[in-house]
Amino acid sequence: MNAPADSKPIPLSELPVVWTDKERHRFKVARRSFVDPEILKTEYETIFNKCWLYIGHESELIKPGDFVTRIVAKRSILFTRDAGGTINAFFNACPHRGAQVCRERRGNAKSFQCFYHGWVFGSDGKLKSQPGSDCYPDDFNADGQANLVAVPRIDSYRGFWFICFDAGVQSLPDYLAGAKEWIDIVADQSETMMTLVGGTQEYQIRANWKLLTENSIDGYHAINTHATYVDYLKNSQGSMSPVPFDGTGYDLGNGHAVIEYRAPWGRPVAQWIPLWGDEGKVELDKVHARLVERFGKERADRIAFSNRNMFIFPNLVINDIMAITVRTYYPTAPDAMNVFGWALAPNEESAWARKYRLSNFLEFLGPGGFATPDDVEALEQCQRGFESMLEAPWSDISKGMKKERVNYDDELQMRAFWTQWQAVTGATAAPRNGDR
Amino acid sequence: MSTLTLATITREQVEDFMFLEAEMLDEWRLKEWLALFTVDATYNVPATDVAPNASPDSALFYVADDRFRLEQRVERLLKRTAHAEFPRSKTRHLVSNVRIRGRSETELDVGAAVLTFRTKMGLTETYIGSYRYRLVIDDGRLLIREKRCILDMDGLKPNGRISIIL
Repeated sequence: MNAPADSKPIPLSELPVVWTDKERHRFKVARRSFVDPEILKTEYETIFNKCWLYIGHESELIKPGDFVTRIVAKRSILFTRDAGGTINAFFNACPHRGAQVCRERRGNAKSFQCFYHGWVFGSDGKLKSQPGSDCYPDDFNADGQANLVAVPRIDSYRGFWFICFDAGVQSLPDYLAGAKEWIDIVADQSETMMTLVGGTQEYQIRANWKLLTENSIDGYHAINTHATYVDYLKNSQGSMSPVPFDGTGYDLGNGHAVIEYRAPWGRPVAQWIPLWGDEGKVELDKVHARLVERFGKERADRIAFSNRNMFIFPNLVINDIMAITVRTYYPTAPDAMNVFGWALAPNEESAWARKYRLSNFLEFLGPGGFATPDDVEALEQCQRGFESMLEAPWSDISKGMKKERVNYDDELQMRAFWTQWQAVTGATAAPRNGDR
Repeated sequence: MSTLTLATITREQVEDFMFLEAEMLDEWRLKEWLALFTVDATYNVPATDVAPNASPDSALFYVADDRFRLEQRVERLLKRTAHAEFPRSKTRHLVSNVRIRGRSETELDVGAAVLTFRTKMGLTETYIGSYRYRLVIDDGRLLIREKRCILDMDGLKPNGRISIIL
């Protein structure tokens, strides 16, 4: 591919998955990366076991004793606020014999009892009691080895909590790099706290997880894939403001990326559409005015009127569009992933705004919306196309490379992801000799 | 045939209505299906981790359609550009355990169990759940004021979407 015509072509096994030719503005990704179980193994070793991963939002753990269990990179994690108010993440595996200590999705508890042999742990992970403790030495837990095992690293940024299984990882603020200021734009939408609205959209897609990364920050597919959503907006009296689609994409470092753009749909913070009537106008003007007071007009306008599809490497999406969705996803096989989606909102917003926010969310987002099902279909069709990988080995992500300033519907943001993915995995376009 | 009234309607008559509705869905007679709903109807599918009677105004659902959005959903599904349903999937709604749970002067509260199969491109997915209907009688006909499908599942796995009507 990048070899002179008169010499022997370079074998795929010596090319990286991500192949670029900056002079000719070409950016290719080898489809091996979507289908090969060896690649998935490498991804767990070099990405999911090493990077900061989203575990949950502070609004899920308000009171001491609140807990959530969540699967993160295959591990069951117990995410708690302990009696002292500290937020913790533990491996949900009894230090005694390994059973999952907590089997509920969420709740509030002073302690957790493993049902197998009855060991009891506090929400701070410390062993409180064990049946038959007289059969153990007095100093049995002097070194803490009988407490729940804490995840090596935990930290938060603006209410978003992350964990890392690698104790030696760089600090979360360093890791988030340029993404921090974009998380700020979302977090600043509340004066008290952003909150996850109750309810999880949980679903499985029969496609490689990286296809969802691409799709979540892809402005190029909307007109085709989401034709019926655009029809719907046109059919709904007053569902559009006279704002054309326009914006740009940014590489935020460390594989994070974002597109920021204007769009005609209504935003609860705070782009009014005629459908929302006078009551909505009053409400949104108030929301906007308060943003101006807090941040000045320029930033207020940006928060209120711009949309952002933000990607935090490797698998967190925060899309601040007609509603805000927080989405994370994990591969369970090269051709399967589990997806979790939530709705994020300012805690203090009115019942009116909350209602329209959720209505907006469902119009577009999620497995029952007017758009996401078509994304799921597209991803699954890509995965089927990859069965021809041996003969049709490359995907193209070159759009906009030749431009000085990229548009929101170019593919710079996907190139940012893939460039980091390549740097971290070092994977090749075909197995090297001896790989298998 | 005697006129339907809320006071005298039988389970069998309600079942006939629900079986007809299921048939219309499985035969993709969606415009006819839409005519089974009142002008103020809603169609709801809550997320699988919220209360069955939760409100879509304050909790995240999969589907929360008012009459207008339901019409738009039908219109969308009948287009070639509804990619998730092109080519159309084959579906089968099995409705069972129908029970009239309550009658008021204006409405019937009906519960049922439902199992829906969706087959597309060689894969068959199953949606397991229950129905709650609020039915009214208008001009001698049964009509749906609310249809709620409560999924007995931990998320949509492996379904990935509710691109059909449950």
